[in-house]
Amino acid sequence: MIRVSLFLLAAIGVVWPMAAIAEPKVSTFTLENGLRGVVIEDHRTPVATHMLWYRVGAADEPPSETGVAHYLEHLLFKGTEKYPEGEFSRIVAENGGQQNAFTSHDYTAYFQRVAVDRLELMMELEADRMTGVQLTDEAAALERDVVLEERNSRTENEPSGRFREQLSSALYLNHPYGDPVIGWRSEILDLDREKALGFYRRFYSPDNATLVVAGDVDPAEVEAMARRQYGSIPPTGARPDARPQEPPHVAARRVEMQDPRVSQPYMLRFYLVPSVAAGEPGEGATLSVLSKILGGGLTSRLGKRLQIEKEMALGASAFYWGVARDETSFGVYAAPVDGVGLDALEAEVDAVIARLIADGPTEEELARAKTVIIAAEIYAQDSQSQMARSYGAALSAGLSVDDIQAWPGAVEKVTAEDVRRAAETYLRLERSVTGLLSKPDPEETAESADGEGESKG
Amino acid sequence: MIAMLRHCCAASLALAALTFAVVTLTGGSARAVSAGIVEAVSPGGVPFWLVEERSIPIVAIEIGFKTGANVEGEGDEGVVNLLAGMLEEGAGDLDATGFSRKRDELAARIGFSSGRDTFNVSAAMLTRNLEESVELLRLALTEPRFDDAPLARVRAQVIAGLKRRQTDPGDVASDLWFASAFPETPYGRHPDGTTDSVSALTTEDLRAIMPAALNPAAAFVGVVGDIDAVAAGVLIDRLLADLPEAAPPAHDVFDVAAQGGVEVVRMEVPQSVAIFGHQGLLRADPDFIPAYVMNYTLGGGGFISRLTSEVREKEGLAYSVGAYLYPMDRAGLYLGQVASSNDRIARSLELVRAEWARMAEKGVTPEELAAAKKYLTGAYALRFDSNAKIASALVGIQMEDLGVDYIRNRNSLVEAVTVEDVKRVAKRLLDADALHVVVVGDPEGLDAAN
Repeated sequence: MIRVSLFLLAAIGVVWPMAAIAEPKVSTFTLENGLRGVVIEDHRTPVATHMLWYRVGAADEPPSETGVAHYLEHLLFKGTEKYPEGEFSRIVAENGGQQNAFTSHDYTAYFQRVAVDRLELMMELEADRMTGVQLTDEAAALERDVVLEERNSRTENEPSGRFREQLSSALYLNHPYGDPVIGWRSEILDLDREKALGFYRRFYSPDNATLVVAGDVDPAEVEAMARRQYGSIPPTGARPDARPQEPPHVAARRVEMQDPRVSQPYMLRFYLVPSVAAGEPGEGATLSVLSKILGGGLTSRLGKRLQIEKEMALGASAFYWGVARDETSFGVYAAPVDGVGLDALEAEVDAVIARLIADGPTEEELARAKTVIIAAEIYAQDSQSQMARSYGAALSAGLSVDDIQAWPGAVEKVTAEDVRRAAETYLRLERSVTGLLSKPDPEETAESADGEGESKG
Repeated sequence: MIAMLRHCCAASLALAALTFAVVTLTGGSARAVSAGIVEAVSPGGVPFWLVEERSIPIVAIEIGFKTGANVEGEGDEGVVNLLAGMLEEGAGDLDATGFSRKRDELAARIGFSSGRDTFNVSAAMLTRNLEESVELLRLALTEPRFDDAPLARVRAQVIAGLKRRQTDPGDVASDLWFASAFPETPYGRHPDGTTDSVSALTTEDLRAIMPAALNPAAAFVGVVGDIDAVAAGVLIDRLLADLPEAAPPAHDVFDVAAQGGVEVVRMEVPQSVAIFGHQGLLRADPDFIPAYVMNYTLGGGGFISRLTSEVREKEGLAYSVGAYLYPMDRAGLYLGQVASSNDRIARSLELVRAEWARMAEKGVTPEELAAAKKYLTGAYALRFDSNAKIASALVGIQMEDLGVDYIRNRNSLVEAVTVEDVKRVAKRLLDADALHVVVVGDPEGLDAAN
């Protein structure tokens, strides 16, 4: 009986009157020097998030300089003529602000969260370091050590970190998405002041940046402020070069790594798929729905088959990194219970995917996936800083505000056949790399002390 | 798309700000929130705090029980954590899959978590599905099924997590630190239990612990969002009215047993991770706010703390270093952490000890104190910029028994701290020789004292 009523509910759940999704108030402007601005109004508390996004990231680095985008991000805290080393952080802190920065393959972003009446001061500081960074060799060398320790924490100390790095690298045959954002250790060691400043002068300019302000603000005032603080910086015409793109993928790849510190083996597969920006209209929404149906929790295909029916997996999921400028990855993950081998698990994952390609999802599965994806848009509005970050990332990946706001509608339009076809087109082994992470076999270890695939950089 | 973005940024954070959940409720002022807090009592007699916020059609409900692993008996270590995992695995007529499906259809978010002293229920619901979503949460809290198959699965997940802790340098360091600090007490082990204890847990154990873990007499409730106090009171009664009352958990206080010194656990990793600390303060200690202000300068102030300045900025020895007050229900700690390459960790720890001693001896300068106050008072409002954060803060402040005026008064408490207060508190608290240090890795020049 329960089941019947649930089906009904699901059917009702599909119909989302678009008006019911309270859209955030978002406006845009562009300054004369090319700086683009986005304002997201949130009048709940007198707080603002100020973010400056450069449309340049690790995928735009010169050959043999992996990590320079991220290294430069660190160096932007080293001071300018106007605000020498330490002043930036001191001023932000003394104004009750929090700040940070982050780098991805597609962008480098700097942000502060402050009381709304300090917003213009944040703009002044950020505008100053767009072109004003001053750097000694000594400061640059010290910061390189810090980055190496960061890489130690994230990657060298973590079998999973090294495994994922190998996996991404094997997925991309030609595109720089295959290189780690933080850089290969051997190349970080060769980074210096000149390389960082070269990247800085080439790419940091108002016409290669997007300003995102979220909070208790008036859009016209934000634009006026931005003009005062950023408006006098001349544009440079900076544009990252076209990136090397992927050739057709014709062979399935495998990465098998063993490390004595792996306590829980797992399989992780990446498929090469279009991003929202790089795909045909609707394709990103379809892949997002596909990821939920295939691997969004216990009721998904993978959860149901691997965790509930066969009791083979501790966990299983699928995910789609849709916000990227170029072709991106769709991931499938599964971790076996004790006594189940990775090979058997992988075979079952393949069977689940084959069935989805053969039959497509049911209407109920489709409706539930859409409900979860669209509701997530409403929940996301609760976090001002997350909204700012999401808009900044999407715009830096080549999407527009209209694209973002059309997303729930695009999700709504996805059909069961769209999902089936996307699975058939993209979830093909020759477009993928399959990774198996495990502990070395105790008998083999006795003969050779070094685990295969383990590399100490 | 906004939500999808949350998972898609393989960004690498530089300059991570050091934040620790346990101390987040100790600073600042947000007038907008403080003015809007309604202190109410449900028709059934449950006190709760509410902030009505109508701009987004969602409601956040946070229930904190002052229980956690603290209420576990000998032999069932980890049962409260397992309970947190099992409450979403089927209830009433719904089996695990049915529960999960229903939650997705309602687009409700329901999460359970537990720690040493707390059991938390965090829920977010769409206004349009509020009634049904609350009913689903009520089922989970009052009629969980604990079926065999999901129990086997969740137990295996917990054990996998515990095994992973045994190979992660930071987790190994933390677990050994607590084991050395609190031998033969519930704080001496990880609240998730041990692989042995969790392996032995049964459905009966889960049922037996429920009254103690979900004890309404130890519950604190915060509601934020698209709802008024009258409607919220009705929902809260529905959630909590059927829970049986139990005796309050023990609250006698433990002191840190570990002495000053270094313990080294050898692990073949390029970077050593160190946890260091000694006795700290309970949240109720009158010196807590002065100590909190002092620690901003020593190790809490992210970018500009003395530890970051000495270890990271001047010598490039670490990506992350910090110290923090860690007040628990039954013990107060002063903890810190740093990670450096094996050949540099000894130097990092030398600098940490030097800063510890300098602060103990001299306190802070008037300029440092002024800077700390400006940051701590100015940034307090940032803790109240989302419904979810406010709901969690409302519960935290009630659990610490700070009173409904705390949010309004907190900044004046910070402002009142003097240089002399800081000096006195630093002298009382900080003792470089008492620092118990656990290092995991292959450190050079750090031979363990024991």
